[in-house]
Parts: sequence; C-alpha cells; structure tokens
Amino acid sequence: MSKYLNHIFEKYLNRELSEQDKAVILNEMQACKNLEAIEQEYNKASSKTSFYDFHDLLAFQQFIPPGMDLISALKTLDELLEQDKKREEDGFPRRIRLGKLVRPSKTDKGKVVVVPSTTEPKFYHDDSVTEEEESGEGGAGEGEEGDVIGEQQAQPQPGEGEGQGAGEGDSSDHDVTSEAYDLGKIITEKFSLPNLKDKGKKRSFTKYTYDLTDRNRGFGQILDKKATLRRLVKTNIMLGRIKQNEPFSPDNMLLNPQDMVFRILSREKDFETQAVVFFLRDYSGSMQGDPTQLVTTQHLLIYSWLMYQYQNNVVTRFILHDTEAKEVPDFYTYYSSQVAGGTRVAPAFKLMNKIVEEEQLQVDYNIYVFYGTDGDDWDSDGKELIETLKQTLTFANRLGITVAKNAWTPDSKTTTVEKNIIDSGLLKERADLLKMDAMVATGVSEERIIEGIKKLVS
Amino acid sequence: MELIDQRTKKIMEECKVRARDAGLSFDNETLEYIVTNKDMVDLSPKVMIPTLYDYWVHDVEVLKGHGKYKLYPNNPYETVINSRPAISFYNDNNPDWMNIMIFYHVLAHIDFFQNNKMFENTWNDDFVGKALADKRLIANLRSEHGRWVDYVIEFSRSIDNIVGYFDYISALNYNTKLDPTAAITFYFDVFLQEIVKVPGHEIFKEIERYNNLRDSNKEQAESLFFSEVKSKYPEFQAKFEKHSNKREKEFVDVLQFIHDNSPFLRKESNSWMKLVMNVVRNTSLYFQPQIRTKIINEGWASYWHDKLFRSDPRIAGHEIGYAKLNAGVTALRRVGLNPYAIGLRLIEHVENLANKGQISRDFQVLDSFQAKENFDRKTGKGQETIFELRKHFSDFTLINSYVSQDFVDEHNLFVVGQHLDQSRNVIQYYVKSRKAADYKKMLIDSLYHPPRISVNKAKTSDENLYMVHHFEGKQLIQQFVPDTLLGLEFLWGGQVQLETTDIVVQKPQNQNEKPKYELRKVLYTIKDKKVTKQNL
Repeated sequence: MSKYLNHIFEKYLNRELSEQDKAVILNEMQACKNLEAIEQEYNKASSKTSFYDFHDLLAFQQFIPPGMDLISALKTLDELLEQDKKREEDGFPRRIRLGKLVRPSKTDKGKVVVVPSTTEPKFYHDDSVTEEEESGEGGAGEGEEGDVIGEQQAQPQPGEGEGQGAGEGDSSDHDVTSEAYDLGKIITEKFSLPNLKDKGKKRSFTKYTYDLTDRNRGFGQILDKKATLRRLVKTNIMLGRIKQNEPFSPDNMLLNPQDMVFRILSREKDFETQAVVFFLRDYSGSMQGDPTQLVTTQHLLIYSWLMYQYQNNVVTRFILHDTEAKEVPDFYTYYSSQVAGGTRVAPAFKLMNKIVEEEQLQVDYNIYVFYGTDGDDWDSDGKELIETLKQTLTFANRLGITVAKNAWTPDSKTTTVEKNIIDSGLLKERADLLKMDAMVATGVSEERIIEGIKKLVS
Repeated sequence: MELIDQRTKKIMEECKVRARDAGLSFDNETLEYIVTNKDMVDLSPKVMIPTLYDYWVHDVEVLKGHGKYKLYPNNPYETVINSRPAISFYNDNNPDWMNIMIFYHVLAHIDFFQNNKMFENTWNDDFVGKALADKRLIANLRSEHGRWVDYVIEFSRSIDNIVGYFDYISALNYNTKLDPTAAITFYFDVFLQEIVKVPGHEIFKEIERYNNLRDSNKEQAESLFFSEVKSKYPEFQAKFEKHSNKREKEFVDVLQFIHDNSPFLRKESNSWMKLVMNVVRNTSLYFQPQIRTKIINEGWASYWHDKLFRSDPRIAGHEIGYAKLNAGVTALRRVGLNPYAIGLRLIEHVENLANKGQISRDFQVLDSFQAKENFDRKTGKGQETIFELRKHFSDFTLINSYVSQDFVDEHNLFVVGQHLDQSRNVIQYYVKSRKAADYKKMLIDSLYHPPRISVNKAKTSDENLYMVHHFEGKQLIQQFVPDTLLGLEFLWGGQVQLETTDIVVQKPQNQNEKPKYELRKVLYTIKDKKVTKQNL
C-alpha cells in the first residue's frame, strides 16, 4: 500500500506542491503507517475487565444478570418518545438518545441495530485524553517482560468475512433499512427536518391506493402475523409462560382472541421510487477518528430520515474513496469500513457520474448526492475535481458536501476541498444545487450535525 | 422472593457459630432469600434492594458496559445487602455444601460491613426499611407533583457521585479537642510561612518554644507564647482577625450545599424537593463505602470462606467440587483483574508479614537483602493484624500500603500490555512490566474515583452558584458538563458556574514526538439554560 501511495505522492510532487500541501500529504501517509496504533486503540475497549465487573452472584451461583426486562424490551419507541416529548414541553432537553449502532459480535455478517438509550449526565473523569498508551491490566504467571503471552483474533475487517454474497448482503441491508426507519422516525419528530418533497421534485410522490394496511384487533380481513405474535408473546410474558433464559414451547402459550391483530382496508399513499441518493465519503487515513465518526453519523441520519420519509422507497448507493473510489453494496459496509490510504476526491465523483450515465438514472430519478470529507485532497489544485463536479451538477437535484475538519486543522484555515470549491465559484453560480457545510469534527453535538443536514437540504 | 427453608436456615445458623468462634462478629439476625431469574429482573435495576425508589431511568437501557462503574457509586449485583438485618440472595437449587461455603462468604461480608470503619455511616440503618419509607415518600410526592418529582431525582442524581463521603465519615470520629487553637494554627501554618516567610529553622525554634511552655505550664502556655509573639510581630493580631473573618469552612458537598442554601428551594412551594434530594443523597452515601472496599471486602470474604469451609467437617465428600468452585473464583487470571484473587492474596500477604513480625520498624530499617529474607520473629500476630486491616482499610489504602515488589514477585504478577499484529489481524498480549510501582499504579488507576468538586462560598450568592473542580490530572467528560449544569441551574434557581481544567492536546509536529498537553483553566456558566465557556 505505502509503495502505491509513494508513487502517487511522487506524481504530485512533480506538480510543484507548496510546503503546506506537502505537509498535509506527508501527515496523511504517516497516519496510514500509524494505523497499527490506531487499530489498537480501537480494539482495546472491548476486552478489558474491571474490578467492578465481578460480583458474588455470578462468581458463586452463576446468576447471569438479566439483560433487559422482557416487558420493557417490548415497549415501543413511541412510548419512550411520548415521555420524552413531555420533557421538552417542560423545558428540558430530551433524554432518549438517537439509536446507537451496535457492531456484530459473533457472526461476521454485519448487523446494525438501533437501541434507544439514555445517559445520566454527571461530572466524572475523562480518561481518554491523556492515556495515549493503554494503561494495561493485570496478569499473573510466567514470562519475561516483553514476552507475548497470548493472542486474540482482532475484530474481523469488514468485507473480509465470508459469504458476503448478494443474498447475504441483501438481508443485512434489509436490517439496516428497517432499523433506520425507526431511527428516522425519531429524527423527524425531534428536529422537524424539512421535507424533500418541498424541494421541487419532478413529479409528486403521492398518489392514493387502497390497501390492507390499517391494523385492528379482534377482527379484520387479514391476520397480521408479526403484530399478533408480538402481542401474544407479551401476554404470555405477563402470564409467566415465557421466562427469560429458559426455553419455551409454543404449545404452552395461551392465545387470547383480543391478541389477534388484523389488517383492514384503508386508503394509502402510494410511493414510487423516484429518487436516488448517493452517499460518498472519504475513508482515507486522515479521516481516522472524529471526522469519520461525524460523517458516518450524519449520513446515517440522512439515510434514516430518507428511509422514514419515503417509506423505504428511496434507492441508495454508496461510494467510498481514498485515492481510488469503489462502490459498496450496503449502508453497513459504507458505515463501518475502516480507513485506508491517501486522498483523492475526484475519482469518487467520477465513479458516480459513470454510474449515473451508464444506468441513465437521471431520466427517471431525482438524484441527491451527499459527500463527507475532512477537506484534504492531495490533488491540491482541484482542477479535476471541479470539472467532475460541474458534470455532476448537470443532473443532481442537490449536492451536499460536509467538511469535517480534523482537530489539528485550525478553525480559520480553509481546507483544500473547501478552497477549491469556493474558488471555482460554483457555490454562487449553482447556489440552488450545491451546498457546503464545514465544521471541526471534534466534540460535535448531535444538534450541530442535524443543523448541518438542514443546511445541506435547505 | 421467599425465605430459605427451615432446614437450610439451620445450616446457616451452624455456620454462624463456627464463624463467631473464628473471630468474626456480626448481628445475630440475618435474612436469606431465594431469588429466581424473574426476581433478578426486578432487583437488578434497583441494585438488589427491593425497596429502592422507582425511577424511569431504571426501565431504560442506560449507557452500557465499560466505565459504567464510574458513573454510579454502587456495584449492581451484590449477594449481600448491607442492612439491618443483613439480606442475602440464593439460587433455589444450590447443593447444601455449596450453600455452606457461600454462607461463610456471606458472613464474612456481613462482618466486614458491620466492622469496617468505612461503613460507619451505615451502622445504625435498616437501609432496606429506610428505602421503603423513601420509596413511599417519593410515590406520594409523585401523585402530587407528577413528573416534576422525576426531574428533581434526575438533577439530584446528576451530582450524587459528589456527596462528600470522606468529609462525612471523617467528621464522625473527629476529636476537635486535638486541634490546636485557631490562633496557634494560623501563626504556624499561615503567618510564619506565608506572611512573614521566616526560614524553616526559626519555625522549629518557635515550635520548640511553644512546646517548652506547654510542658512547664499547660494552662498559661498560649497566652505567654503570644505575648512574646505580639511584641515581635505587632501586626499579628490584626492579620489574625482579618484571616479568621475571611476563612469559613468550604463546603465540599455540592448536593448538600444546594439543599441548604438554594434560594429556589427556600420557597415554601418547593420545599418538597428537598425531601427528594435527601433521599438521593442518602442513597448515594449508603453505597459509597461499598464501592471503595470491593477488593478488600471480597478478599476478606474469600479468605474466610476458604478457611472456615475447609475446616468444616461438612466438606467431606465435596472437596473436589469445592476446589473447583473456589479456584474459579479466586485463582489469579493469566490476564485480567479479579477482586477476589487480588484481595485474598493481599490479605494473606499481610497476615504472613505480620506473623514474621515484618510490619515493624526493625524490619524496615534493614538494608541487607539476606537479613530481610531471614527476618522472622515468629510473633504469631497475623490473625490479629488482618482483623485490624478489616477494621481500618479500604481498597486504596490496602493497595497503596501493601503492594510491594515482594508481593508482585511472590505471585508472579505483571502489567499486561497489548498491541495489534496487523499482518495477522490478532491482538497480542505481552508482559509489559513486572515492577511493583507499575503494577500498583495500574491497580490504583482502576479504582473508583469521582472528581472532587466544591462550592466556592466567597463567589457564591443567591444569584450565582460557583463551583470549583479540583483538578487531579484528568479533565471532566466535557460532553456531560452542560447537561449536568442544566439540572443544577434548576435546583439553584439562578446562574451556575463551574471552574474546571481542560486538557488541550497539541499534536506533535514530528510523529516520533509525544503529544504535548496544555492545561487550560476554563469557566462554564449557565444562565437561562444557555451554557457558555470561557478561558480563565
């Protein structure tokens, strides 16, 4: 990899780089070399044990602390949100946090789960700042200082797992989609994002049809098996027929006729897929940490919100780039791919333009593009990028660029990408199509991220 | 939840007799409950205390996993509840021999709760009963004030890790008679050192003069002493008076300070909030000693279950089962920290030192390695010493006093480091250090330690609550500061300020250099729910 980077670097050197640009590139190449240390940081949180993880119940009597109360696990987001809404009315910020994405633990297939959670804010110590080296933990037994005493498989690299075939990819995509749908519900309620519909779509998204979508308990036209099972399980938990950590047989479950949920005929909006959304992001070495976090979070929010607003009817495409660009099959891969090499922005847009052209997407779809970067671009004059962007703007309904600056980039300094885009005049020329938002990526609040989205879609 | 059956209770009573004979002391009454998994579902959010007040956060998933202990002054799943009578929990299908072993473990915990000085604030409480009263109180308030009760709980809990536990506990037994008078303290500690700035030997001379006077005439010593001081430093009296006017005791306990002084809570219509704050504060205070004695307490209990069960004839036929269970709990792990293992070994280490008379000046002044190794007075003071240890020590003092190179070497302990082998995508664990100092630091770093925050009374008024975070090398989690301040602003009813220290990381220019850290004093201010931050 580094050989290849050197090659590109030399190519750019021939173009007479300024000292500053050179430093940026060198910095990034070093960042790639330091991946080892970074990876270590990334992996260490998972394995350390603390004194306070131990307790007598587990140690002597093998009590496994229960995960979650079964009934509250069945609680829907709506109930939590209802409670949270009241908080806001009382003048306090909401406490239910946007879902978190939980990585896979056992299987190598990625699954994204949205967990509503809360925190109790307190004053307490932050260990993360000064503990550059891990503080270590305890051990006992033979071995000289420096001896390796054991190994553990690090987290599998996304994409390296087996069976990333089409079928698997689809199913995991589905998981993301349905969870993201839930997440989207929170966002729109919480922040009242403007609807894309108001953005001058080519055609209206809505027409009405009649469909079996309304739910009714007790009678109806078609039994909703999933909803019925949910109620059934709930009833049987309350009756004590389903216990945690114990196998149960469906034979023992009681069926209350009131638990049967049916679908009945109702008027529905009919959605047609008319929008393609491209998510592009930089995953080069310098993106490590906060910038990646910010960009992926923001794109997750946008994605979730689209899923909700358009009822899973938006087509999404994902492109990652370092010095090269590649399309990845699903949001999970997009979200969780580890940082790779150096940075060239143009190839990502080129790839997208190519996809649009080959598939003639602009004929049938509104095209939205969201791009996230830390602002570095080895191609410092940006000619190639601007040319490509101009081409993109011929078909895109909106191109939203987020620049998540690294902490070491001074606030005032405009990054290469920003500079090139501003200099090109495109921001003014195509103000209706192109939006850009820049912020320092460290310690950014959820509100700021949402504000960023508003800016991008305004 | 039901009590254990009579037959099992009888076994417990037999264990109590043997434990007492061995020197443990505890109240006669105890309650033992059988818990099922369903009970655990109800108990675990309530820290195993069935009567703890209800609070909605208990029902939601709270920030999971690592670092959780830093937020909460409690261990979530204890077998034994430090209450009067003490309560303990059991599986309903434990074999008898296992119950006997666990009973010994439990009895040693109860002995620890009821004798260790750190727990002195809990000695007179039937906590479970008190919690029930609190729970009812809060339920009543809730029927009247609705969800506002939950806000007050929430905001009080946001500083329930800063309840001045050590100040509270040290005040319990503090003998003020031992303090010199205010004038003497001021003269030696402040006046000579900070105002006149006399050299050290003169201070010692003055101390000697004072002590001589005391020896000859205890009653008159002070006035005689100061008559000379006043002739030598005529300004002393004025300085002293000025100083004593200015100097008032700083409140460390922010929660209590707000409770006592908040203009908002002073209002008649808000006085119920104080009741809620009291509940939260007392609950937190109750848990404070527990989280500060995890290692020594588990070590103590493991020491006794092993000693008592192995000498109990009822072990017959279950030696292997016991050995397996015991090893599972107390064996040192190749990698990982285990409070049972470390605690047990430290207690045995102290017992061993004391048996040889090595906890003595005679031993400490030896410099020959050989002489130290052979030092054995055969004092037989081991048992007595560990009972003292159990009375006076906490995790920190135990580790800080007794983790020595000898201890580390004896048990082959080391600090584990880890690094990633990128080419093979495996994490490698390696022996990072076998030095006692490193090992001790690693242990101490992993102990519970909330930040120390106090109220600056001079800068505090009805319109402004001014808090100071005493920096100990770690900044506060910045993301939580504004939200916490929001709650405090509500409770104070006005502007709240927090002075703290941020660590600013300066990225090194050169990759081989270490990053530099700059400490920056900052002041957070919240007014009308708007938080601002400025450099000081």
